[in-house]
Amino acid sequence: MINKISASVAEALNGVRDGATVLIGGFGTAGIPGELIDGLIEQGARELTVVNNNAGNGDTGLAALLKAGRVRKVICSFPRQVDSQVFDALYRSGQLELELVPQGNLAERLRAAGAGIGAFFTPTGFGTELARNADGSEKETRVINGKSYVLEYPILGDVALIKAERGDRWGNLTYRKAARNFGPVMATAAKRTIASVYEIAELGSFDPEAVVTPGIHVSAVVRIPRVATQAGGFKTAA
Amino acid sequence: MSYTRRTKDELARRVAQDIYDGAYVNLGIGQPTLVANHLPPGIEVVLHSENGILGMGPAPAQGEEDYDIINAGKQPVTLLPGGVYFHHADSFAMMRGGHLDICVLGAFQVSATGDLANWSTGEPGSIPAVGGAMDLAIGAKQTWVMMDLLTKKGESKVVPQCTYPLTGIGCVKRIYSDLATLECTPEGLRLIDAVQGLSVDELQRLVGLPIAPSPTAPSILPEPQ
Repeated sequence: MINKISASVAEALNGVRDGATVLIGGFGTAGIPGELIDGLIEQGARELTVVNNNAGNGDTGLAALLKAGRVRKVICSFPRQVDSQVFDALYRSGQLELELVPQGNLAERLRAAGAGIGAFFTPTGFGTELARNADGSEKETRVINGKSYVLEYPILGDVALIKAERGDRWGNLTYRKAARNFGPVMATAAKRTIASVYEIAELGSFDPEAVVTPGIHVSAVVRIPRVATQAGGFKTAA
Repeated sequence: MSYTRRTKDELARRVAQDIYDGAYVNLGIGQPTLVANHLPPGIEVVLHSENGILGMGPAPAQGEEDYDIINAGKQPVTLLPGGVYFHHADSFAMMRGGHLDICVLGAFQVSATGDLANWSTGEPGSIPAVGGAMDLAIGAKQTWVMMDLLTKKGESKVVPQCTYPLTGIGCVKRIYSDLATLECTPEGLRLIDAVQGLSVDELQRLVGLPIAPSPTAPSILPEPQ
């Protein structure tokens, strides 16, 4: 029998190792799996590489994980926000490495990892500072049919933490509104995907046409008490 | 002869005039979001938000905010009938794949040939953040920029070559500004329109670059006095 339902967040997070690459869903605060992040802080894994669109808001969630000193490197598209003070301080003092990735390249690098693609040529970022590697060297480029592209590599996670709305014991998931964002693509891109849900659905109760993430991509489903997503992550500029 | 700058709302109305029935449009964070308030009545425009929304509606009434439906600036919005949600890789495939008709972005600088700088001033010590700017700039069928023509110091933001870090190369088609609307072409700038009383000579002096008259739309400028 397949039963991916975990009794607790702690059980679901068992086995996350030091040095792991952790994909964390969410855009601003929508879709951020706060309970799983809190569980990761308790679990204690260190030297993590965290992949998220942002780099934490306020003092909770991802910001709390950063503050606890568990993260070595952040891969994200938009770290700077009015309430990203935890990231800002760690970055400025050199305690945190940042890999800045255009948002669509971030999503596609995750998709590529989940889809078994070795690398891909993208027009996004061509001719910009973000078409360089960390050591300053130029990324590989190619002209295809007269258009210029940059070669980008997949981002494979050891573990993905995502927030869904409902899940069943096979790991099938649905999401709520725009809290879906990175969830479905991160679910495919990690060796182990853990989804928090507000509701456990009986197997067979989902409309099969409406399942967003098929259970094959999910390792553990853990139910958490329902709380409304709070405001957060307001940008200062664009 | 004297001239008056377009206000932010007048500029938003000017941009909105050129958006057509049935267009799929992404409005960038900041000033471009104002365009939504000025879309001509009687047309249907589908707004895209990078975080996985097509058919984005206006802000909800106070007390009705749902923070699972927010725009790219992380402010609460609504979904219109017919609107849909999708994940991030699909959302950016829509941009990169050329499925969006128009995107409207803010800018620090635009070059005469359409290079865009809008994500970083390159200031030492600043924290870089790019978000979806680079994907939007190169992805939409038409990328329009909405900005003041001059900086607060009076320097032109339309430049021969961007000095700020680039967002994309040759990607801007039109510049809608408080003083004039310009088209960027591989050959340089072309005038679409200018505010009443601003001569081409004066506009060229402000921008410091040659501006060709539009071959299609006749200039609305009065002859220099």
